[in-house]
Amino acid sequence: MKTAERQFSTLSGVPIQPLYGPEQVQDLDPERDLGAPGEFPYTRGIHRDMYRGKLWTMRQFSGFATPEETNRRYRYLLDQGQTGLSVAFDLPTLMGYDADHALSEGEVGKCGVSICSLEDMETLFQGIPLGDVTVSMTINSPAAVLWAMYLAVAEQQGVDWARLSGTLQNDILKEYIAQKEFIFPPRPSMRLVTDTIEFGARHTPRFNPISISGYHIREAGSTAVQELAFTLRDGIEYVDWALERGLAIDDFAPRLSFFFNAHNDFFEEIAKYRAARKIWADVMRDRYGARSERSLKLRFHAQTAGCSLTWQQPYNNVVRTSLQALAAVLGGAQSLHTNSLDEAYALPGEHAVTLALRTQQVLAYESGVVQTPDPLGGSYFVERLTLDTERAAQDYIRRIDEMGGMIAAIETGFPQREIATASYQYQREVESGARTIVGVNRFQSDDQPIELLQIDETSARQQTAKLGNLRRRRENSRVVRSLGALRRAAEGKENTMPCLLDAVRAYATLGEICDALRGVFGAYQETSHL
Amino acid sequence: MRPIRVLVAKPGLDGHDRGAKVIARALRDAGMEVIYTGLRQTPEMIVSAALQEDVQVIGLSILSGAHNAIVPRILELLREKDMADVKVVVGGIVPDEDAAALKQQGVAAVFQPGASLDSIVSFIRTSVGA
Repeated sequence: MKTAERQFSTLSGVPIQPLYGPEQVQDLDPERDLGAPGEFPYTRGIHRDMYRGKLWTMRQFSGFATPEETNRRYRYLLDQGQTGLSVAFDLPTLMGYDADHALSEGEVGKCGVSICSLEDMETLFQGIPLGDVTVSMTINSPAAVLWAMYLAVAEQQGVDWARLSGTLQNDILKEYIAQKEFIFPPRPSMRLVTDTIEFGARHTPRFNPISISGYHIREAGSTAVQELAFTLRDGIEYVDWALERGLAIDDFAPRLSFFFNAHNDFFEEIAKYRAARKIWADVMRDRYGARSERSLKLRFHAQTAGCSLTWQQPYNNVVRTSLQALAAVLGGAQSLHTNSLDEAYALPGEHAVTLALRTQQVLAYESGVVQTPDPLGGSYFVERLTLDTERAAQDYIRRIDEMGGMIAAIETGFPQREIATASYQYQREVESGARTIVGVNRFQSDDQPIELLQIDETSARQQTAKLGNLRRRRENSRVVRSLGALRRAAEGKENTMPCLLDAVRAYATLGEICDALRGVFGAYQETSHL
Repeated sequence: MRPIRVLVAKPGLDGHDRGAKVIARALRDAGMEVIYTGLRQTPEMIVSAALQEDVQVIGLSILSGAHNAIVPRILELLREKDMADVKVVVGGIVPDEDAAALKQQGVAAVFQPGASLDSIVSFIRTSVGA
């Protein structure tokens, strides 16, 4: 094909001009649009010195099988120089079912670690001092329950809650939009999220009660602009609910954190992170009148794109992940997860996860990219993309405002349809060969076999046996009392966190607690938008 | 001629429905009648929907690793209800050994990551003899 005939565009379909120079950025006002690193609107980063002051946190998401096995993996990762933990829970835990529930059959320990009660959480963090390690937990619908378990373990370890540092994902809106691990309907779910934000503002000043996530929106097939716009609009929705609760903006906004995808299109991703910081700073200052500088700064975790990994020629995934991680670093991420080469097949094995961590260490210690903040700032191309990404995202945010907010938009299926259409279009481009995926639709060759982590049904049997034991050993009258109190709190308007803490301390199981809440809130059934 | 009717189903607890939705659209664009069950369907719900909708093919999307628990149960229910002529096709993250075992138990095809939409459409067309 001759160059003149080819269409050039980003992965998300934004057209790319033949060349970028000063004429392409005439509308850029450096003072308004960029500022210096560490200064409003933070386009160039939230710190003046960025990685010269402190590297990002290398935080590999992991969890599988039983709490015992995952605890061993965590100790291994910390020994290898990882600087934070990130817990992956299995599907029954994400959906609020115990390991011995009928719907848990075949799923226990498969996609993450199985946690059924405080006892499991104690095992998960055995020998890991929660006052010294930051912990992120990927849990959403039952996030308040798992967080209560975490706080209870900290109590047992004698760690003051004020010292705890970490992040609860707790972003229910993107579940309705993209990942679909929901239990309760949107409004009671939002109430639980607001309970944790309020509780956190009072008791855990260093813990992020929410990580507002575009990652899963992107994995579901959205464009970069949709990922950015839906995520920031979700953030606005959480802020509105917290204000409605009576919190002051600067009392909780500094602890709102974000989570973005790091996909294949290098410059588009960097523009996305830069635009995200700018839009959020504007929203905080102009829409909400935030005064504290910490409220204005968008802090984010990035994870390389799981959906970009291929089953064919799995070693190519190491290269993809390296480039994606580099984009996240050049985009100013505060923490990063790099995917392992075997993740199109299974949860990562130990060799693969070590290589993924080494990828980050090479970037941090060998590549030199950490030595100056926002090294791509001022690039005509990157600045143009940043401005365009910002405007396109603002446009989506306005449309959702006009619909009456994100919950109303979700109820009409708007973001779900936008994503489904984008993902179908992308797949069609792959099918037609308009998009190349190395090793899949071009440059095919025989696959090299790789070693895989296998999880059998032993974990399910062990978890079920432990649950049986626990139910016999614990003081069941205390469980019943605490669940009754939780139900009453859920029916009323009070914050549910104190009752959740009492229930987990009594060793009520995750399934029992979620059943009590299902009884009050009901269960959510989505209308499918094809 | 009557169009091929396909039930696209998402069993298990997993909510990642990108693949199921893309396949449903592709089959529809290829002229088939597609019924999408939505999320978290038990084997019983899937087989009962297949019976009511009178489909020739059931497409199961499973990414969580629960296929060895779910798929055999669906095959068994189909036999019990005298519906063994309904073709069962599985798509998702299914390791080679498991794929071979599922085919031996009666699954018509297993499509692993990277399988093209065209290959899925043409397999379904050929296998129901349309």
